[in-house]
Amino acid sequence: MNAPIVVEQLHKSFGSTHALDGLDLTVDHGEVHGFLGPNGSGKSTTIRVLLGLLRPDAGSATLLGGDPWRDAASLHRRLAYVPGDVALWPGLTGGEVIDLIGRLRGGLNQAKRAELLTDFELDPAKKSRTYSKGNRQKVALVAALASDAELLILDEPTNGLDPLMEEVFQTWIRRAKDEGRTVLLSSHILAEVEALCDRVSIIRAGRTVQSGTLADLRHLTSTTVTAETARPADGLAGIAGVSDLERVDGRVTFTVDTDHLDEAVGHLSALGIRSLQAHPPTLEELFLRQYGDRLPAQDDEPARLAGSAAGAGDAGPGRHRGGGDQ
Amino acid sequence: MTTATAERPAVAGGSPARASGLTGTGHLVRLFLRLDRVHLPLWLLGIVGIVAFSASAVQGLYDTPELRAGYAATVTGSPAAIVMSGPPQALDTVGGITLFEINLTSAVGIALMAIFLTVRHTRAEEEAGRTELLRAGVLGRHAPLAAALIVVGAASILVGALIAVSLVGLGLPVGGSVLFGAAMACLGLVFVAVTAVAAQVTEHARAALGLGIAVLGVAWGLRSFGDIRENGVSWLSPVGWVQAVNAYGDQRWWPLLLPLAAAAVLTVVAVLLTRRRDVGAGLVATRPGSPRASTVLSSVPGLALVQQRSSIFWWTVGLFLAGLAFGSFGNEISTMLEDNPTLSDALGGATGDDLIDAYFGLIMLILVLIVACFAVSSVHRLRVEESAARTELALSTHTSRTAWLLGWLAVTALGSLLVLVAAGVGVAVADTLVSGSAGRFGELVGASLVYLPAVGVLGGLAAALYGWLPRLGALAWVVVAGCFVVGWLGDLLKIPEAVRDLSPFNSTPRLPQEAMDWSVVLLLTVLALVLLGLAVAGFRRRDVGSA
Repeated sequence: MNAPIVVEQLHKSFGSTHALDGLDLTVDHGEVHGFLGPNGSGKSTTIRVLLGLLRPDAGSATLLGGDPWRDAASLHRRLAYVPGDVALWPGLTGGEVIDLIGRLRGGLNQAKRAELLTDFELDPAKKSRTYSKGNRQKVALVAALASDAELLILDEPTNGLDPLMEEVFQTWIRRAKDEGRTVLLSSHILAEVEALCDRVSIIRAGRTVQSGTLADLRHLTSTTVTAETARPADGLAGIAGVSDLERVDGRVTFTVDTDHLDEAVGHLSALGIRSLQAHPPTLEELFLRQYGDRLPAQDDEPARLAGSAAGAGDAGPGRHRGGGDQ
Repeated sequence: MTTATAERPAVAGGSPARASGLTGTGHLVRLFLRLDRVHLPLWLLGIVGIVAFSASAVQGLYDTPELRAGYAATVTGSPAAIVMSGPPQALDTVGGITLFEINLTSAVGIALMAIFLTVRHTRAEEEAGRTELLRAGVLGRHAPLAAALIVVGAASILVGALIAVSLVGLGLPVGGSVLFGAAMACLGLVFVAVTAVAAQVTEHARAALGLGIAVLGVAWGLRSFGDIRENGVSWLSPVGWVQAVNAYGDQRWWPLLLPLAAAAVLTVVAVLLTRRRDVGAGLVATRPGSPRASTVLSSVPGLALVQQRSSIFWWTVGLFLAGLAFGSFGNEISTMLEDNPTLSDALGGATGDDLIDAYFGLIMLILVLIVACFAVSSVHRLRVEESAARTELALSTHTSRTAWLLGWLAVTALGSLLVLVAAGVGVAVADTLVSGSAGRFGELVGASLVYLPAVGVLGGLAAALYGWLPRLGALAWVVVAGCFVVGWLGDLLKIPEAVRDLSPFNSTPRLPQEAMDWSVVLLLTVLALVLLGLAVAGFRRRDVGSA
């Protein structure tokens, strides 16, 4: 059977703004897929296309084997959605909105509804207009998670939730995964994505720049190595894939492509290793690597699209964190 | 408090002492003017334009003392005329007659402008959460209210000044024209202040609007009662105060002290109330509701009904009462019209017993135009749903776009029918009570129902605009205004018949005066359905979220 979400070369413009510029996204059965990107990168636009709210200019999108535009209503029986900015009917209570959304979708699991209200500590008798942002978010989450839909599309769902509720949310997403449901999780909370997601797609300016499992992504990029050697660590610069070389008090720090890690460590070993630290990039580093040079390079072309390690290498994570991109 | 603020560096150029309350008012005034660059000119030109046109139409009709005496004799004895226009003052002058003709439009126009614009910049902003954003910046507690009062107050003064200028332009005495303009400006200021208080008390823009309009209704009612009985009750009403200037007669300026004092007191009350409440909250707290949805909330029409039921209820009550009020004048109208050839012309040149029918035809036209306002505003809530992203949430469920649109419009249609019937029944009940016979009951209800297709055409137009060009939704209001002008002022402004019949309300047979014409009614029904089809087609193909 086909993957629940297949998006290929999707384009969408609003006036002169190219919100989506050839975006690709594949979400497989039963996986929790992280959808990462900064504000305005096209995450919500992609999700709106998938929900049949927007008609794409070019490219194809397949949702649960159907056309998200043409078959919108029938496909929506099988999915639940949490918008990024939850707007509720101000005169209805939270409980009424949950029931309404459930009924319009075609049913609600009452046991789960009760359990979710308890877990999220939500008072369903309050009018929506009196809810805080976090509570409105909870209403949408309960409405979505209390369904038995096979696909959950969540657009920054924990926006406004406190850390305790974030924990509850993660528990419920794991449970959804255990039940065999598929989740598309748009987020920029990296800890959440790292904790929950099997695979991630990183997008930027309406294009997918990297996609894969976290292990894949780490493999594609470089490892940071810090070493202290008996003899001065010369000759490292000559090894392919090594960059960001720095020497401080006899310690050497550099990043190296995963493919050349063995060679670099072999070189160090010949110099007599006294101490060695190596760590793969965290998701945050992966993320910053994609966006760190956003300002000067709005239009850089396929070299970056390929997400090549060489391209990322000359833009080391340390520098970017210092640069403070947002 | 003063020490705390004094220690802070002076911000935005204001002195530390001022930073406590009004800091940033100037910025907000500029922001409001920017936001109102369409609204404000529309209100100004609309009110002044209609008033000036109506006034110019009166000129030349009453050139001789005999004609003026005839006019005076007719309206002085007619409670209906006094309710609609004001106390008969200085009717031996052209100016006095002009004011009698424009009093309703200018007074109600300026008061409505004050109410709508003040709510727009106070409670509506706060409800949308924008005030919170602004208040978090360098902005004094009272700055949003102060800026709203300044902008809308200035708009009222401008409308008054423009009315005065246009009256002078028509050749009416300068002193009286300026006094009338000043009186209208003062009325505007009172309603700015009334609405400022209403906006503090209620939690929702809609309720604040309702409260402001209710005050206007009560003020107009008190004034009508007092003017008919000549018992001084008019002095309880702001409208009565500004009428007391008798612009082209005694020319009294001192009554204007009353509205100015009231505006000042109400402004202080509004400021005190601002201090007592939190941003976003009203003084009246919201009660808890049901944790479970009733069975009504299981479908789009159910949701639309729950969203609109209180509005439908109040429109129904309002139009029933309006029908009662207008309908109760049916019997005395014939005596009034027999003496007034101009008004008789306005009713289609009817004579004798036909006059009552003609009167009912005319008031029915006015009432159904108000029903059309309900229909258009109900359709416009679709756009509010969409821009608030609630449409998105509903469409993410097993709800097709067609089901969503038709579900809402079904409630619009049902509500319009209810409101329309309420207006007709109101007129019929009043006529039955006054004349002591129910002979015309069915006829009068039928006279309102015959307009259902015309209301449907306007609702359909609003829906089609929503389906294709949601940003141009306000065009539907322009068409409604056009229908009002040709329907209500068509004769006065000598608009050609062919142009008038472009309005579905004018082309609909005006029962009971005119004969029933099924072909027109059928044509309008088809037109309404075509517009509905267009609306669905447009909504199915455009992006959602762009409204």
